[in-house]
Amino acid sequence: MRYIRPLSIEDAVGQLAGSAGPAAILAGGSDLLVRMKGGFVEPELIIDIKSIAGLRDIRETAEGFSIGAAVPCAVLGENAALKKAWPGVVEAAKLIGSKQVQGRCTIVGNLCNASPAADSVPALVAAGARAVVVGPSGKRTIAVETVPTAPGRTSLAKGEIIEAILLGSQAPRSADAYLRFIPRTEMDIAVVSAGVNLTLDEAGVVTAARVAIGAAAPTVLLVEEGAEALIGRKLDEAALERLAKVCAGACRPIDDKRGTIEFRRKVAGVLATRAAQTAYARAGGK
Amino acid sequence: MAGVAVSTTINGDTIEYLCQPDETLLDVLRDRLGLTGAKEGCGTGDCGACSVILDDRLVCSCLVLGAEAEGRRIETVEGMAQGDKLHPLQQKFLEHAALQCGICTPGFLIAAKDLLAKNPDPTEEEIRFGLAGNLCRCTGYDKIVRAVQDAAIVMKGA
Repeated sequence: MRYIRPLSIEDAVGQLAGSAGPAAILAGGSDLLVRMKGGFVEPELIIDIKSIAGLRDIRETAEGFSIGAAVPCAVLGENAALKKAWPGVVEAAKLIGSKQVQGRCTIVGNLCNASPAADSVPALVAAGARAVVVGPSGKRTIAVETVPTAPGRTSLAKGEIIEAILLGSQAPRSADAYLRFIPRTEMDIAVVSAGVNLTLDEAGVVTAARVAIGAAAPTVLLVEEGAEALIGRKLDEAALERLAKVCAGACRPIDDKRGTIEFRRKVAGVLATRAAQTAYARAGGK
Repeated sequence: MAGVAVSTTINGDTIEYLCQPDETLLDVLRDRLGLTGAKEGCGTGDCGACSVILDDRLVCSCLVLGAEAEGRRIETVEGMAQGDKLHPLQQKFLEHAALQCGICTPGFLIAAKDLLAKNPDPTEEEIRFGLAGNLCRCTGYDKIVRAVQDAAIVMKGA
């Protein structure tokens, strides 16, 4: 096994693309080192991306925010501007692991680990986040929901690295929220989760919405019918009932030790409703 | 396998070592440098017994590669006492009997040091949340929380 610490993304991409054996990207290592220890992965090459300029920074851009692939989740929680603009994304990222893990784990790692239960992913999908992918043939920007394709699998081609996550500027009277269900109060894996992002008009009517459900299918679900249930209405009881129904219906969950299919369906609807109410209040709706 | 040459700072001293590319910082500290304060509990980042401070961030040293320490600053439990004088947290852990078997204690001390450095006057709830990444199977946590509260008072007065 080799360990390298490239100083440029081009070098990292070149090393990744040119690796004959399995190679792994190391940022926080909170998934990778556990998988290596368990014998689930045996990389021949470890590419530590933390010395690449800019990858440890959160930048405010003309379009919004660019969060580098090596920014630990703890740093997201310390960024006042990001927290103000995207409280749902930040609260989701802050739910990952203990304080020790927070100091290392990243949202790009959470995305590329491709667990259906990843906490930050439904929030990023609801927020309309995009991933900047750098590869041997150049750079492309893709919707976050197109990255995971199945548990543990992504759409990234050989040699491709996600360099940053882009979040837009929030429109006026907009806000997001994220909620998950776990059987204890802290530090557990989501049984089911929901992220909602809403934009309101001056009268408090929803004009734009994105609803995402986690841990209820092989990959995160963007529930378009959930958005349709809310758009054009205030958050009245009928709209919330419709939201809960379509979210429950969109789920394709499994039965496992953490929850049954029936439980996950029901709770997906409940969490979507509550996340929508939180987002609505944060956006200034009454 | 070729070794990786690493130059780092541990408890204020410049330290150089060679390690294997897949060797964790915990293994380097314990097996190569003789710093056996950090303990291996789970080895998967769940128990916090191997906690160290890496560039002002609390981390599990079992989830850091030894090679990653190049050019960085590490604080371990061995750096807490000044000669024979215990750190206030160590002193209060003794006075409150905040340990039984002691395996988790170095991790708790380092996590509490990090907590008080960032929040010198934490509430009980903040202490319990702040130390939630450290598991103790003996004490029931209560004596640990009291010791940290008491140490915070001493450290504020210092």
